[in-house]
Amino acid sequence: MSALASAAIADNPWLAASVRIADVVTEFAGVATYYLQFDEPARATSYGYAPGQFNMLYVPGVGEIAISISGGLASREGLAHTVRVAGNVTQSLARLGKGDSLALRGPYGSAWPLDETRDADIVLVAGGIGLAPLRAVVEARLDGPSPRASTTLLYGARSPDVLLYDREFAGWTGRGLHLQCTVDRPHRLWVGHVGAVPLLVDRLSGIAPANCALFLCGPEVMMRYSVRSALARGVRKEQIWVSLERNMQCAVGLCGHCQLGPAFVCQDGPVFRYDKIEPYLDVEDL
Amino acid sequence: MTQHDRESSPSMHETRLLDKQDFQKLVDLLWDQGYRVLGPTVSQAAIVFGEIRAIDDLPRGWTDEQSGGEYRLKRREDDAWFGFVVGPHSPKQHFFPSRVTVVAADRDGDAWRMRDVPDDEPPVALLGVRACDLAAIAVQDRTFMHARYSDPIYRRRREQALIIAVNCTQAASTCFCTSMNTGPRCSSGFDLALTELPDCFTVEVGSPQGAALAALLPTRPADPQALRQAEIARQHAVDDISKQLDTNDLRDLLLNNLEHPRWSEVATRCLSCTNCTMVCPTCFCSSVKEVSDLDVEHVERVREWDTCFNWDFSYLNGGVVRDQIRSRYRQWLTHKLASWVDQFGVSGCVGCGRCITWCPVGIDLTEEVAAIRETPV
Ligand SMILES: Cc1cc2nc3c(=O)[nH]c(=O)nc-3n(C[C@H](O)[C@H](O)[C@H](O)COP(=O)(O)OP(=O)(O)OC[C@H]3O[C@@H](n4cnc5c(N)ncnc54)[C@H](O)[C@@H]3O)c2cc1C
Ligand code: SF4
Ligand code: SF4
Repeated sequence: MSALASAAIADNPWLAASVRIADVVTEFAGVATYYLQFDEPARATSYGYAPGQFNMLYVPGVGEIAISISGGLASREGLAHTVRVAGNVTQSLARLGKGDSLALRGPYGSAWPLDETRDADIVLVAGGIGLAPLRAVVEARLDGPSPRASTTLLYGARSPDVLLYDREFAGWTGRGLHLQCTVDRPHRLWVGHVGAVPLLVDRLSGIAPANCALFLCGPEVMMRYSVRSALARGVRKEQIWVSLERNMQCAVGLCGHCQLGPAFVCQDGPVFRYDKIEPYLDVEDL
Repeated sequence: MTQHDRESSPSMHETRLLDKQDFQKLVDLLWDQGYRVLGPTVSQAAIVFGEIRAIDDLPRGWTDEQSGGEYRLKRREDDAWFGFVVGPHSPKQHFFPSRVTVVAADRDGDAWRMRDVPDDEPPVALLGVRACDLAAIAVQDRTFMHARYSDPIYRRRREQALIIAVNCTQAASTCFCTSMNTGPRCSSGFDLALTELPDCFTVEVGSPQGAALAALLPTRPADPQALRQAEIARQHAVDDISKQLDTNDLRDLLLNNLEHPRWSEVATRCLSCTNCTMVCPTCFCSSVKEVSDLDVEHVERVREWDTCFNWDFSYLNGGVVRDQIRSRYRQWLTHKLASWVDQFGVSGCVGCGRCITWCPVGIDLTEEVAAIRETPV
């Protein structure tokens, strides 16, 4: 009987594991990074993820949301989740602090193709909170031995006060990241670019189109125009990956909410190779 | 078992006869074996699934008249027990309940713990399932049991269920199972399949469970005449079917016509009322909400049917992706008939015609497809 019961438990996709907030780092007003550790040590050692994947974070009594994994190790500092306050669940999360309990299930979805692009020059294109799922890519690229290939980050935010992870920028560039930031509304001390992210793609230099890969995450309009710029500059659609968002209730392909054409964003995405999703991404209101 | 010795007990795919006067024995036997028997019964001016304890619970002598936006019960001239087609309910109601708790969380000191909530629904015997609905069950099996993740509630209910199908002997003007290759003949997915004759049923065995059940019933070997009569009765349903859906290249036709003007045209008629998705035996979309006690110590996560016709179904970042009825109808039809094939390897439509009957303004998906086919962009 007990073996049967526990098999049933493992089967229930809705069962999330208890986690605790090991640390909270406030990025700026309305955005914080939560480091989550499993209560059960066995979970911490068995849990693995690939950059680009996401977890479902559950605040009991409030609801459950999809949040990208922004680095960290389950068995050490905890899994990093950078969350922007949007509505109900994210607001409740913002009221929680170090030591508080919630639940997590995952990882879900597709990942950035890091193996496939190991020897390529990677250009990361991010807007606002869209940098969250790319942080683990930056870490993986800068940690790994890949002397021949470069990593570039083109990052845009509304203003210099809301640049995500800016305290880590110096460390990243010190380890070889080419970083260019742009803002819509600069203040007096701003020395970076001003304007939309696609302009950075337009002005990009020193990257051979034949041997590069683009990973994009951010508002869909930003991605659309950035892709257009990249294509105009000789990059092929098969060299471009985008991370998409759709309403998600289950993350396991059962609730139907996240469909985009034939794709379930929760399973076939969130990371798509551009040529595969383009026919649907370009249709308004699909 | 005296008159039914081993030699005459039914085997797989064998067809036997069960006299109508012995039909109550089948119902009793199912209850005795612990099944809750659900079958067609008249309720609220329609034939819906309800508990069947006695043969008097069946819609004997009733039939239905269906057309776009219309459903009417009528007295039959004869006393047929299953002389109607599908109503607003389908087996989906049982296997994928419209509201059910999927998981719970309890506060334990300063930690939250999640737990399974066992589904204690007794096993059911579904009586009177039609060919299109057998096909619909197979479609939902792919979604809930054979994809990467499976739904434990669906799986348990499905694996425990016994299915006694009934072959259609007539069709409604809304039926198009022949276009979808799903009917009207029940060909697989049942434990027993019946065909109604004036005084008896032919009983076809479709599974070992069905064979075991039939062995306990006072059936007799089917004579060639009865078999021929049953064949003629089933042919009536085939001959009755008038509606057609041309499925040739249908997936590509729809996905290549996402900007067809017909989507705007149908949007002027569609009320986005959600009826079609509620009655459709394959639609599977749902949402989960929180139900907690007052001090939020115990929380249940309750799954409810949802539909792509609800305005906030595609809610995202303070906005809604499918804000217009045009995009919601397009999502429904292209999912059903096109992207379902990419996702699950079959069409999401079995041709039961329910969405046509229960659409308050009588929108007919076969006509929408035909209009797009006539003038592809
Ligand atoms: C794959 C994926 C990864 C994501 N990663 C991050 C991340 O790293 N950091 C971050 O801050 N946000 C991320 N989001 C967005 C995040 O899920 C939403 O901001 C969040 O669901 C809003 O919930 P809420 O209850 O606070 O907002 P409300 O506006 O109250 O939303 C109500 C409900 O609608 C649904 N919903 C609303 N917006 C979204 C959305 N954008 N995506 C999916 N479901 C939504 C959720 O079920 C939510 O509970 C991600 C979304 C997806 C799909
Ligand atoms: S789409 Fe309409 S005809 Fe097809 S299975 Fe669903 S309800 Fe039946
Ligand atoms: S679609 Fe076919 S099997 Fe279903 S009710 Fe109509 S005739 Fe019977």
